Amino acid sequence: MSNYPLLSLAIWIPIGAGLLVLMTGGDRNAPLARMLALAGAVAGFLVTLPLWMGFDVAQGGMQFVELHGWIPRFNINYHLGVDGISMLFVILNAFITIIVVAAGWEVIQSKVAQYMAAFLIMSGLMNGIFSALDGILFYVFFEASLIPLYLIIGVWGGANRVYAAFKFFLYTLFGSLLFLVAQLYLFFLSGGSFSILDWHKLPIDLGPQIWIFLAFLIAFAVKVPMWPVHTWLPDAHVEAPTGGSIVLAAIGLKLGAYGFLRFSLPIAPDASHELAGFVIALSLIAVVYIGFVALVQADMKKLVAYSSIAHMGFVTLGFFMFSALAIEGALVQMISHGFVSGAMFFCIGVMYDRLHSRQIADYGGVVNTMPKFAALFMLFSMANAGLPATSGFVGEFMVILAAVKFNFWVAFLAATSLILGAAYSLWMYKRVIFGAIANKHVEELTDINGREFAILAVLAICTLWMGLYPQMFTEVMHASVNDLLRHVAVSKIQ
Amino acid sequence: MFDNFVIPDLLPAAPEIFLAAMAMAILMIDLFVKDSRRTVTFALTQLTLLGAAAIQIYTSDSQITYTFSNMFVDDMMADLLKLFVYMTMIVVMFYSRAYLFDRPEMNKGEYYVLALFATLGMLVMISANNFVTLYVGLELLSLSLYAMVAMNRDSLASTEAAMKYFVLGALASGMLLYGMSMIYGATGTLEITELAEALYQGESNRTVLVFGLVFLVAGLAFKLGVVPFHMWIPDVYHGAPTPVTLLIGSAPKLAAFAIVMRLLVSGLITLAEDWQGMLIILSVLSMAVGNLAAIAQTNLKRMLAYSAISHMGFMLLGIVTGVVGGDVRYAINAYSSAMFYVITYVLTTAAAFGMILLMSRAGFEADQLDDYKGLNKRSPWFAGIMLMIMFSMAGVPFFVGFFAKFSVLQAVVAAGYIWLAIVAVLFSLIGAFYYLRVVKLMYFDAPTDETPIVAGLDMRILISANGIAVAVLGLFPQLIMTLCAFALLRSL
Repeated sequence: MSNYPLLSLAIWIPIGAGLLVLMTGGDRNAPLARMLALAGAVAGFLVTLPLWMGFDVAQGGMQFVELHGWIPRFNINYHLGVDGISMLFVILNAFITIIVVAAGWEVIQSKVAQYMAAFLIMSGLMNGIFSALDGILFYVFFEASLIPLYLIIGVWGGANRVYAAFKFFLYTLFGSLLFLVAQLYLFFLSGGSFSILDWHKLPIDLGPQIWIFLAFLIAFAVKVPMWPVHTWLPDAHVEAPTGGSIVLAAIGLKLGAYGFLRFSLPIAPDASHELAGFVIALSLIAVVYIGFVALVQADMKKLVAYSSIAHMGFVTLGFFMFSALAIEGALVQMISHGFVSGAMFFCIGVMYDRLHSRQIADYGGVVNTMPKFAALFMLFSMANAGLPATSGFVGEFMVILAAVKFNFWVAFLAATSLILGAAYSLWMYKRVIFGAIANKHVEELTDINGREFAILAVLAICTLWMGLYPQMFTEVMHASVNDLLRHVAVSKIQ
Repeated sequence: MFDNFVIPDLLPAAPEIFLAAMAMAILMIDLFVKDSRRTVTFALTQLTLLGAAAIQIYTSDSQITYTFSNMFVDDMMADLLKLFVYMTMIVVMFYSRAYLFDRPEMNKGEYYVLALFATLGMLVMISANNFVTLYVGLELLSLSLYAMVAMNRDSLASTEAAMKYFVLGALASGMLLYGMSMIYGATGTLEITELAEALYQGESNRTVLVFGLVFLVAGLAFKLGVVPFHMWIPDVYHGAPTPVTLLIGSAPKLAAFAIVMRLLVSGLITLAEDWQGMLIILSVLSMAVGNLAAIAQTNLKRMLAYSAISHMGFMLLGIVTGVVGGDVRYAINAYSSAMFYVITYVLTTAAAFGMILLMSRAGFEADQLDDYKGLNKRSPWFAGIMLMIMFSMAGVPFFVGFFAKFSVLQAVVAAGYIWLAIVAVLFSLIGAFYYLRVVKLMYFDAPTDETPIVAGLDMRILISANGIAVAVLGLFPQLIMTLCAFALLRSL
């Protein structure tokens, strides 16, 4: 175990780098801003690596814990730590930050420093969310991370960006404000503690548990997003610049799901059992109905956005079946979705940069002019559809396997996702990439350059690595997931 | 003839005495200052405020001292609030300087003297332990402000605002007096500490008392500017010259908080059940009307006026949760939350009006929302500062506004009013919309006006410091929170 405050570094290095990038000022210094941003992102990633290397897989509890008083007046602490559930997300987040900085390298030409800084600051804040063990600290990071994304969508977004930015912000704020009230209630119930770990042990009657659970559910369901509070996501994705979409899909959506595991299940286990059917029903609607919705999209980004909702439906489904296989499957799905959807959005961004259109109808026969791109895009489309040997398969398969044990019909409906996923991903791929060259714009396309190739190649390696050897990821989770399940199995009602 | 005359202990009131003497001296000195040398008056005013603050710190102790036959009280709460009043006034005067010097017709000595008298009024209100003292302080503040609102006498809007402010303010003072006289009738005392004692004995006529209380609360609500007694706020904020709006919108809120504490908490705590019910209604209405009406505004000063209404409503939540079913366990927690809320609100709102002053120049008021379009392009630094101010007002962390809302909400939840907490957060959500809109104008829109910002270095530094304070206090809110709790613990 390292003696360095690794988690603090993972949070504050990107934020500090972001502030530094801001100081480079106007677009005259854009090259400097880019270099600094990249350096900050890489440094932020490097400090997270010891987390994995030094991680004790046999231990289910919190590791790399840092505990300092922050606001003693309300017993709020600067309390950080990661377990097998959250550790991988910190690394994933730091990794995606590098991708995002690289993805915006040449594409963003106006207000470069602010763009890069927004992503770096957001990255630090999101690391804070994944490692906070104090309710208010979590909340503060959770809320604060809205600001950079609001600006990213609003400043560098598409035509309808203002609407999308407001919708995103207000939707999320709505959920999180009720979450705050629930936290305050827990604070008094626990006799004055904001420690999440204390709340895990706190006995609560079923009535209050249900209210707490519902308040949490609203906050996290909006963030995941679950049907029917998902409508902000397609708007946000469509309007956001490529980098914004990548971060939103790869990390942003994971925050809500992570909240379920850190708050809902362990704090209100009885309510979770009580309302599991409800959440499972919502998840299945997301998987099946949103899968169909994705099928008919004409806009590529919208299609991937809806497919993200469907994939996240799988995640919430996995959480509420209360088996180790399902939860680990869901976690694998979350990480895999981080790679795959990030890559999908990047691919769409690559095409958009060249043609300034996201409409499927404007493309066709891209393989003729962009063969390298077509090959990589193929891999990610397959991964999105859940093809074996890609990371997309592993998580879905684990969840479906657990679902068969849980209830046949749940498994049956969940499994339709494999068909629907293949349908919308591959059909889109076919229409965009194959066929005759659709128009002269497509004819003029140039294949991906070295930077784009490098980004896609790295993501492709991750996707395949996780698909072929998921063991490395799941072994980290085992102990923590088992602890969580043991904890959830015990009633808190006294 | 003077047998009973005892020279009162002047020490607890030393800052007030100093301020009053200096205000009168400056009034005289300014007669000999040419219009072009107004900096002298400005400097003297600032020195006076600094001097008063220094005396305050020097004479402050953690005892409760009564003087002037118990009409005047000096306790920790008063010390703390007064220090914030001096600080706010110094900042206000700095922000106003460039604006006034650009507009010589308004840059008269009266402005500075009236500001000092207004400050004196606030100090007296904060330290009042008697209905009469309280009323005198309130009127001193109000009369100074009425005149200041009309400073720009050629402006129709200003004159109208002053008129409206005066008429409604006088009405409110009348109500307050009426309520006080009823309570005097029921208890036979004007002194707040004696009043609490008398009520504790419980021999007073309850009907008369509650009747008086209604008028008292109505009068206070006028001064705080909460719905349905808020009508003057938007017009006065809008019509007054921006430096005066800044003054009205900032430090007097601290004094208004103090008189609410003195009258309702120190004096009428036994009637808490009654006034808490009234204040809950006022609070919910203020949050509703303030937040909803702010959305419709196109003028930033007017928007901030409605935002002030909603913020005062939110602050009242801290005051209504002090006593729960006769149990005063949570009182310090609740009142100190409200106090923290007011202090941070004043800090933030000073910065917001400071931004308007920074953006304005001779012949251009910069008070329309559209004037902020594309500010990020014109000046990324100040757009960033304004962004922090707006998010702080909306209650988004890491800014201090979040912890203000947080501390009030925890008091509400502690008192068991979970529904009230939910109502409050839902209205904050609505409120977030119009603060976000300002950010949208600054960041998402293209500028319509490319004129560079003309403002002196002192102004730039001060407003930057103010904005950064909003962020830094958001990271470390502990100090002021504890100060508030400690001050109230020693005062109640």
